[in-house]
Amino acid sequence: MGFQDFWATITEPRVLASYKLSFLTALTAAFVNAVFGVLIAWVLTRYEFPGKRIIDGLVDLPFALPTAVAGITLTTLYSPNGWIGQFFSFKIAFTPVGIIIALIFIGLPFVVRMVQPVLENIEKGMEEASASLGANRMQTFIKIIFPELIPAILTGFALSFARALGEYGSVVFIAGNMPFKTEISPLIIMTKLEQYDYEGATAVAAVMLIITFIILFTINILQWWTGKRYSGK
Amino acid sequence: MEDKSVVAKANHPVIITRNATKEPKSIQWILISVVLLFLTLFLVVPLIAIFVKAFEKGAEAYFAAIAHPDAVAAIKLTLIVVLITLPLNAIFGVVAAWTITKYDFKGKNFLITLIDLPFSVSPVIAGLIFVLLFGLHGTLGPLLQSLDIKVIFSIPGIVIASIFITFPFIARELIPLMQSQGTSEEEASLTLGAGGFKTFWYVTLPNIKWGLLYGVILCNARIIGEFGAVSVVSGHIRGMTNTMPLHIEILYNEYQFSAAFAVASLMSIFAIITLIIKSFIEWKTDFKSTKAS
Repeated sequence: MGFQDFWATITEPRVLASYKLSFLTALTAAFVNAVFGVLIAWVLTRYEFPGKRIIDGLVDLPFALPTAVAGITLTTLYSPNGWIGQFFSFKIAFTPVGIIIALIFIGLPFVVRMVQPVLENIEKGMEEASASLGANRMQTFIKIIFPELIPAILTGFALSFARALGEYGSVVFIAGNMPFKTEISPLIIMTKLEQYDYEGATAVAAVMLIITFIILFTINILQWWTGKRYSGK
Repeated sequence: MEDKSVVAKANHPVIITRNATKEPKSIQWILISVVLLFLTLFLVVPLIAIFVKAFEKGAEAYFAAIAHPDAVAAIKLTLIVVLITLPLNAIFGVVAAWTITKYDFKGKNFLITLIDLPFSVSPVIAGLIFVLLFGLHGTLGPLLQSLDIKVIFSIPGIVIASIFITFPFIARELIPLMQSQGTSEEEASLTLGAGGFKTFWYVTLPNIKWGLLYGVILCNARIIGEFGAVSVVSGHIRGMTNTMPLHIEILYNEYQFSAAFAVASLMSIFAIITLIIKSFIEWKTDFKSTKAS
């Protein structure tokens, strides 16, 4: 395959649409996971409530449950007449929203498990000092605790994002797989493989690999930069 | 609450320090409720749904779906893949972690990055790599064909893809653990005259046994559940190269929803057992602070 064929394959409108869809849904899901991940980690390390141990163990369910099982279950729940889908006036399964839900499920544990140990190890003394200097709880969180968490959040975000970008098993069921609308990049690779278009599949895969590495590289730099800035090393 | 603490700050600064590192109870309960609602919606409801849907057509249909020859074949194949992949990756993982933590050499960071690679590569791309390598038109295709060895669309391909996908699990659990333990105990053992293997067996292994088990459990869950990579290399031959997740996909696409969920429920029971063992290990070792998954 020459460069021109390669370029034609990876800039085909259908393929471009899939990059955009994969990128945006993965980004949204990773963002939601970052926000709720910090919240879950916070509640699990700081508060006491009945059933906490069970909840703590359950957070890892997405790692233990096969993605295909997650895929068919979420599709059934969020389809228009499913347990959850029936309460919404708009369609969730077979739209990008459904894809995002599957990706949130898949990436849920990453941020929680990165942030949790950091929160456990923050010295109470710092928070006490901050409070005794007159900061309220919100100020202490934003100025003292949150900066400590940033590297862990970024790592969790990156892992969750990379996983979401490449995810296939859970998404393929809930997406509906309509070209230009709900067709993710891994599915394009799969379709091309099934048509024995190995060169086309490889071209699309190469672009995805490059995008993944750029993202991981950027996050690494960000992490290094925030680490330097906040820890004063 | 807010107003009171402002007043308190003005008059009696001692009073705020008492509760200064805790949020008011009301905020605590709001945050706890939000988390519980979120986790119920995303984790608990799907888990319940699997079992309800599995038994929708009664227990008889449930057991018929599990005892179906294709399902049994899929369960057997998944077990075979686990039995080959898991010991290999346990050995690879220990060797990799041992090499990285007990020796100094150039390119160590590069090796660590390389070990992490399968985590960031899409499973579909992982499968594609092996099709390009071992497929009929792949780099090694003609050679394999002349030797009459079939890799892609047969069991060896599924095993190789599973090894690739789950390779990092054990190494990544062990590296931070072995790093924090250092090499002094091994050095002591060697000074006292124990050989390399003896040192590993009596000193290193007991130290890492829980971390190893933890990695094995996670690795095992992923091998059983792997879908994307296996889907690319398996060829979906019923009763031959269909693992459990692929069998679920076929049943689902044929609108045999109850049967699909019956097989899915088996896998879910397994996932729950995995979580219980994992929580047990965490409780046993307080391993959590060194865990970097």
